[in-house]
Amino acid sequence: MHIIDRRLNPKSKSLGNRQRFLRRAKAEIREAVRDALKRRKVSEVDGGENIRIRSKGLREPSFALGSTTGERDFVLPGNREYQVGDVIRKPEGGAGGGGQKGSPDGEGEDDFVFSLTREEFLDLFFDDLKLPNLVKAKLKDLRSPEPVRAGLTTDGPPAKLNRIRTMRNSLARRIALRRPRLSEIEELEAQIAEEEFRDTQDHELIAKLRARLARLVHLRKVVAYIDPIDLKYNRHERRPKPKTQAVMFCLMDVSASMTESLKDLAKRFFMLLHLFLSRHYAEVDIVFIRHTTTAQEVDEDTFFRDTESGGTVISTALEEMLRVVSERYPPEDWNIYAAQASDGHNFDDDMERCVTMLEQDILPICQYFAYIEVMPEAQIAPMQSVAWAGYSEVAQSYPHFAMRRVSSPSEIYPVFRELFSGTAAGSEERAAR
Amino acid sequence: MTAVLTRRPLFEGAEWNFELLKKAYDAIEEIGVAEMGLDLYPNQIEVITAEQMLDAYASIGMPNMYRHWSFGKHFAREEVLYRKGARALAYELVINSNPCINYVMEENTMTMQMLVMAHAAMGHNHFFKNNYLFQQWTDASAILDYLRFAKEYVAECEEKYGLDAVEAVLDSAHALMPQGISRHPVRRQSRTDKQEREIIRREYHEATYNELWRTIPRLQRQEKPITPEAREAEEESQSLGLPQENLLYFLEKHAPKLEDWKRELLRIVRMLGQYFYPQRQTKVMNEGCATFVHYEIMSRLYDKGLITEGAMLEFMHSHSSVIYQPRFEDKHFSGFNPYALGFAMMRDIKRISEEPSPEDRDWFPDIAGNGDALGNLKEAWANFRDDSFILQYLSPKLMRDFRLFQIHDNTGSSFVEVKAIHDDAGYRQIRRVLAEQYDAAARDPDIQVVNADLSGGRRLTLQHRVRRGVLLDKDQCDRTLQHVAHLWGYRVKMLEVDAESGKVLKEHEALPLP
Repeated sequence: MHIIDRRLNPKSKSLGNRQRFLRRAKAEIREAVRDALKRRKVSEVDGGENIRIRSKGLREPSFALGSTTGERDFVLPGNREYQVGDVIRKPEGGAGGGGQKGSPDGEGEDDFVFSLTREEFLDLFFDDLKLPNLVKAKLKDLRSPEPVRAGLTTDGPPAKLNRIRTMRNSLARRIALRRPRLSEIEELEAQIAEEEFRDTQDHELIAKLRARLARLVHLRKVVAYIDPIDLKYNRHERRPKPKTQAVMFCLMDVSASMTESLKDLAKRFFMLLHLFLSRHYAEVDIVFIRHTTTAQEVDEDTFFRDTESGGTVISTALEEMLRVVSERYPPEDWNIYAAQASDGHNFDDDMERCVTMLEQDILPICQYFAYIEVMPEAQIAPMQSVAWAGYSEVAQSYPHFAMRRVSSPSEIYPVFRELFSGTAAGSEERAAR
Repeated sequence: MTAVLTRRPLFEGAEWNFELLKKAYDAIEEIGVAEMGLDLYPNQIEVITAEQMLDAYASIGMPNMYRHWSFGKHFAREEVLYRKGARALAYELVINSNPCINYVMEENTMTMQMLVMAHAAMGHNHFFKNNYLFQQWTDASAILDYLRFAKEYVAECEEKYGLDAVEAVLDSAHALMPQGISRHPVRRQSRTDKQEREIIRREYHEATYNELWRTIPRLQRQEKPITPEAREAEEESQSLGLPQENLLYFLEKHAPKLEDWKRELLRIVRMLGQYFYPQRQTKVMNEGCATFVHYEIMSRLYDKGLITEGAMLEFMHSHSSVIYQPRFEDKHFSGFNPYALGFAMMRDIKRISEEPSPEDRDWFPDIAGNGDALGNLKEAWANFRDDSFILQYLSPKLMRDFRLFQIHDNTGSSFVEVKAIHDDAGYRQIRRVLAEQYDAAARDPDIQVVNADLSGGRRLTLQHRVRRGVLLDKDQCDRTLQHVAHLWGYRVKMLEVDAESGKVLKEHEALPLP
């Protein structure tokens, strides 16, 4: 009898099965994932999820006897009052026999509930999205260079032993130094045994063979199978690699005119953006700026969780952005992106200033600028808001400026996809409408 | 081991460690092998985590299973149920292999580990090694190697032909797995056999020749002349081995368009289906045997003072919940609990052997009061399967204890009728029906390949012999038929034919998708 501790075996042996399963139900799962986003609170967007899917592709049919035809007999336990000949009305909606026929494992074939991990959830979520126009590739951060293969050395940790080269060296040396094989020695031993067994022993021959055997054995001992001289190790060098660096500015209006539900919409959008960026671009810096009549740079937590109120002057946010750019992100080294969310309210005289700032200072240094206007759901035929009217001109002349309207949580994801689905090409014509 | 030394309990408290496991196993084995005379494969006990248990669950209980999405699906569902606490995991899992592999969970208390070892490493192990079905159908020493081969082969195919192609074949094969079993191993007649039989027959004729018979006028039978086409068709179906109940086998050998690697995949699935066939037919006996053995061993351990009273109480608690049989009206009822029925029958055989009532002497003259309970049980474990076991050993006392009754259900009517209850008039009837409930051949639909038109349109015809008017589930049948069509490559037709009248009750058809 053996007792074996398998607990330390590699975990998730079923990972391959799970991947195949997710792949199989991908379309349905993606649908469910998007649905989930609509229902979630802002604070819950980032996380795993219990997913309920309805998938034809997940059925596992087999030939089975139906329950709606024919006649059958069966035995049940626990009789209390029945006598032979009693008739019992069948329970409503089910085949007879007091629950005998309920599918035993409780598997309703159509609905299937299971949970996704955070990773899987986000993977499906941001399936093929990427930042547009990521052009300026610059050397950044020489502190974390990447290891590169750099030939072989004669020294190193065992994990890096290059077995092929080592064995090649060993083989060459063994041939050169004529290390006898085990089979040669065994052959010789057999020969000696044979000679000794003979009736007429040829002593001279035996002595010769023995001497030869001794020499071979000695040679085998002296010439090692693997000598330290054979050892070759892979060598790696750390070299800095050029990396693209990007910064994303998130600008949000938190004035009084933004009701809680509008703020919630805007936050959802930025939450998505944040998730997307932090997932796909480890090197992307994110700057959060919120504004009323004044603007300030805040940290992530304040941006999403704190509330504030006041009037609206959009240009303050743009100014703040420019200030941060000039302080920390020289445009010649950085890909700069910006996303702005607002309800469209602004002081009339400020709009002109905004447009000028955009056209002269911001758009020339930006890779992409997205404007999201959030509005109450009731507003079916949207009024031209101040900001929308002002920005429309800009959108017509700058292809890398995109603007969209969002009125319900369910629209956020499609709009988000549109903005970041590889190319921003489609965005101009939409905005122009 | 000396009795004096082991008067002290082996352990106290819930914690276990490997040293203790070993000691406990030795004590259990001493009772199991030396006292009860169980005949075992060597045991291998593997400690695993809950996640690994879920893993094993999902791949139909086999380690090293090949990869397929359906296992991922089962895993995902089991995981949700387990996390919610809706379903507890099994304490153990045992594999019919040589050496016999027992998985035990690390979460188990020491008492549970002992229970599990007594249950799986002794009970199931003995059953696997000795039951005739397992001996006939499975090769315990080869299964692990075969699984390894299967896994590697499937992975290789995935690499060569792509995930989708492999998946499609496995999907179809899995759908036909229950029809991938040869229930009657064919003994091929060699040419010499036939010739020999011919000679014997002729010799017999010569030896018994009587001139007298020649004078009796022959009945002029109007035989239809056999057309060459009919003869050809006959020959063809004979060369295809039709009718054939093993769909997977037939498709593997004769599907016209299948590539070789696909045939090998079908073969793998077929072999696994075959391997599991005995387990499906011996649920009650297998669990009954294991439960009886663990109960016996734990009791003896307690009698010897090797386990504490606390441990015994813990054991009794989990034992009694395992063998709980809810009444048919109970909301927890989902058919017979194989542990409950099996355990009760084993205990009953012991009772009959040792203290029979006059009734038992009437019903079981062979074993009643012969005093050799273990001998009788081992005999039963070796030579029966669920249906025959129930037919042979279910006693009137047990039927009364379980308060069994028989229901007749005609789907046309909105009432069911009570046909028999546990009284003198009903015992045999109930026993027969219950046995039938466990008869795999009666439970599974009887489906055969009856025709494959290889010279013409290549249409494959399957036949379902309908018993008592029970047709196939239409939805499932259509989908499964689609899988058959996928493998066969041409049109497939399913006829549902009444077994008695030969009338065609229903037809289904499927075309392969382009």
